[in-house]
Amino acid sequence: MATDVEDPQRRDFLIIAGNAFAAVGAASLIWPFVQQMNPDAGAKALASIEVDLSPIKVGQAITVMWRGKPVFIRHRTQEEIDAAKKVPLTDLPDEAARNDNIAADAAATDENRTLPGHENWLVMVGICTHLGCIPKGQSLSDTKGDFGGWFCPCHGSHYDTAGRIRKGPAPRNLEVPTYDFVSDTKIKIG
Amino acid sequence: MKTLMSNTLRAAGMLAAVLATSAVMTGPGNAAGGEPIHIEREDWSFGGFFGHFDRPQLRRGFQVYKDVCAACHGLSRVYFRNLAEPGGPMFDEASVQALAKDWPNQITDGPNDEGNMFQRPAKLSDPIHGPYKNEQEARFVNNGAYPPDLSNIIKARTIENHDAWYAHVFKMGRDILTGYQEAGADYVHALLVGYTDPPSGFELSEGMHYNKAFPGHQIAMNPPIPPEGAVEYQENAGAKSSLEQNARDVTAFLAWASDPSLESRKRIGWQVMLYLLVTTVLLYIAKHRIWARVKKR
Amino acid sequence: MAQHESTYVPKSATARWWDERLPLMRLLHDSFVDYPTPRNLNYLWTFGGILSFCLVAQILTGIVLAMHYQPSAAEAFNSVEHIRRNVNYGWMIRNFHAVGASMFFIAVYIHIFRGLYYGSYKAPREILWILGVLIFLVMMATAFMGYALPWGQMSFWGVTVITNLFSSLDGIFPGLGTAIVEWLWGGYAVTGTTLNRFFSLHYLLPFVIAGLVVLHVWALHVAGQNNPTGLDIKTKSDAVPMHPYATSKDLLWMFIFLIMFAWFVFFLPDYLGHADNYIEANPLVTPPHIVPEWYFLPFYAILRAIPDKLGGVIAMFAAIAILVFIPWLDTSRVRSTKYRPIYKWFFWLFAFSCLALGYLGSKPAEGVYVFWARIFTFYYFAHFLLVMPIVGILETPKKLPRSITDAVLGGKGDGSGGAAKPKGAAAAPESR
Repeated sequence: MATDVEDPQRRDFLIIAGNAFAAVGAASLIWPFVQQMNPDAGAKALASIEVDLSPIKVGQAITVMWRGKPVFIRHRTQEEIDAAKKVPLTDLPDEAARNDNIAADAAATDENRTLPGHENWLVMVGICTHLGCIPKGQSLSDTKGDFGGWFCPCHGSHYDTAGRIRKGPAPRNLEVPTYDFVSDTKIKIG
Repeated sequence: MKTLMSNTLRAAGMLAAVLATSAVMTGPGNAAGGEPIHIEREDWSFGGFFGHFDRPQLRRGFQVYKDVCAACHGLSRVYFRNLAEPGGPMFDEASVQALAKDWPNQITDGPNDEGNMFQRPAKLSDPIHGPYKNEQEARFVNNGAYPPDLSNIIKARTIENHDAWYAHVFKMGRDILTGYQEAGADYVHALLVGYTDPPSGFELSEGMHYNKAFPGHQIAMNPPIPPEGAVEYQENAGAKSSLEQNARDVTAFLAWASDPSLESRKRIGWQVMLYLLVTTVLLYIAKHRIWARVKKR
Repeated sequence: MAQHESTYVPKSATARWWDERLPLMRLLHDSFVDYPTPRNLNYLWTFGGILSFCLVAQILTGIVLAMHYQPSAAEAFNSVEHIRRNVNYGWMIRNFHAVGASMFFIAVYIHIFRGLYYGSYKAPREILWILGVLIFLVMMATAFMGYALPWGQMSFWGVTVITNLFSSLDGIFPGLGTAIVEWLWGGYAVTGTTLNRFFSLHYLLPFVIAGLVVLHVWALHVAGQNNPTGLDIKTKSDAVPMHPYATSKDLLWMFIFLIMFAWFVFFLPDYLGHADNYIEANPLVTPPHIVPEWYFLPFYAILRAIPDKLGGVIAMFAAIAILVFIPWLDTSRVRSTKYRPIYKWFFWLFAFSCLALGYLGSKPAEGVYVFWARIFTFYYFAHFLLVMPIVGILETPKKLPRSITDAVLGGKGDGSGGAAKPKGAAAAPESR
């Protein structure tokens, strides 16, 4: 038997405040539970790396790992640079440079894909902008696609010798990460 | 009016269904481009429902692996003890023990009392290691190419299907009914016997070899087995050494290496099948008995 | 059913004692023993039971595998090889679990298409249907995360491709997609961290499915089972007690299903998987063709049919989400397609489209394959958004039998005349 009380549903300020405090506490617990899934301190600590370029001969390429992603570094031949320079911007599916070192709206000219004075070095994140596969073209025996650069085997995206998308489903040019020349033969990525 | 509309709609539905069927019928074919590589299906003793390994063949195959492949390829998910276990080559334990002791790629153990790692001969409980410490060393020694570990190679390879869709569907049904699981073995066999001179006009990169079965046809591995065979089989081995015979034997051995439980799997499979069939028949009869009561109502 | 009176009689003093405190046996008796089942259910109705079996089998084999499996990037592949090669009967349990995922999806697709054909989503079974769609969705998530666990090449690259889909949200709000993807990954790429959380969720979600299944069965028992005529149970002679009638049929077909299951487990264990998954995951080498498991192929084809990345992702999720709305998109007065002379054709065209999309999903996204994927994607959506509402209004259904009993016993007086007579229903339970 319930005791007879007057209006058990009546709310006064303290009851509302008490409930609200409890709710806020419960809600703020969500924050650590969501945050724990984000990249941890160890992953963040590997945010930047230095790479020595001196062993890479003209025409060769190496792949280094940066933040768990492969970074392509190609020492381009003069023919490859010339081929990339000849392409009119209107032939490019993506006309933005996608170079984190310069303005976001810069055009995708060959100059804007490299750093000034170092146009023989092409440094890019080697992850296809379509669905994240790694394009072929780093080793000499790889198929390099229709434009002599890289070819993504997953869904058939072709990149040219400046890492720009030319054909296939990828929406953007390969991303150029933030990097700088520490000396003539050494770069720092990130 | 409404009937007319319905009839028109029905006709449209039928037409669409028929069109769709016939259209795909004449459809894709070979849009993927590139000339498809044809790989012959071989007759394996371990294929099909009653398949089991041919023990003398596994022993010959191990000899080929040891004398040829092991120069570059590891087999590190297989343990020496496996070579003596039922379902495999079933060498006697003493000879496997001796084999392990003399295996050139020793086991890194330790640390010892002074805190250092050391090398020691392999025991029955150790894996069959290849010559390289890791992928980097393997690539460095082999000019950038990587000789993969062969433990899983038969399961890790397959034959690409290039058939038109109707042939594909037909083949799928046939393969399911006949229990075809030997695509990897067929491929590895075809690769081992697939070295030829490149066709005229084919541009072969330096250090590469032409192979009919390899995707892209350029393979870094030297032709491992000469036409007359790479190893000398013993008198009582059950076969004469030749390229074809060596390739078949080592493929069979590697098939066992990637699937050591094959024989017990198929044996238990038939026992389970028999049980299921008998039970199904009984349940069928039971169901009829039970439903017969309903009919009379 | 709501009007169904409890017929449970406790047979012993203990049972009576128990029944007064927790009437669990009463609940089970009324739901699964004396529960009235339409007498004309055909074998397609046995897949509910088969699916329950699949769920239990997956959970049991999964728990056992987790005793040997190690969810880390360094050890995951090795531990699966260890299970395969060293653990007693490990190969069998692993085959059972891996093949079981495929069998689960075969059964669920038959179950879904049965529901679509016989209009099992129509009132009053909307909630039942929507719960089914939810189960399907959670199943897909579970299967996707489970496929990551062996940490082979296809595991790794499948996860990379599919999680990357969320980065398309950058198109809506810059940075949003990247933030979500990094949050899912717990890093800047798919790593062991990702594997670890997938394992945790893969272990959890089957129990979420089990919970949803309880709701699904509850909803089923409130509305009652649909049947091939789509008619409701009206008289006592329309129904039979679930036990032993429906259960005997369920058990028979479960064993027939098990024959196929065992066929794959013992003779074709790798047929439904990918050879590439026997190569350990390598973040620096992409396999030549990245293909999801067969049960995702139709949705993968829809994803790739749309030229725009974000659009493709939206279309793929819409292809599942649209199922929620079909109870209201279907305007037909009758439930069962058997009595729908026009819609029948469209139904089979739809089924064909799904198969075709599955085939196209396994092919590279180029040339004529893309063309056909677009055609069938169009039809997939048109079927729900155009055909279902329009045909339902325009079509004149065939005359329905007067009752389920009439349909079974070939009772006359429905006036539908020779050819239109629902022969299938008459033949349904006894002759199969």
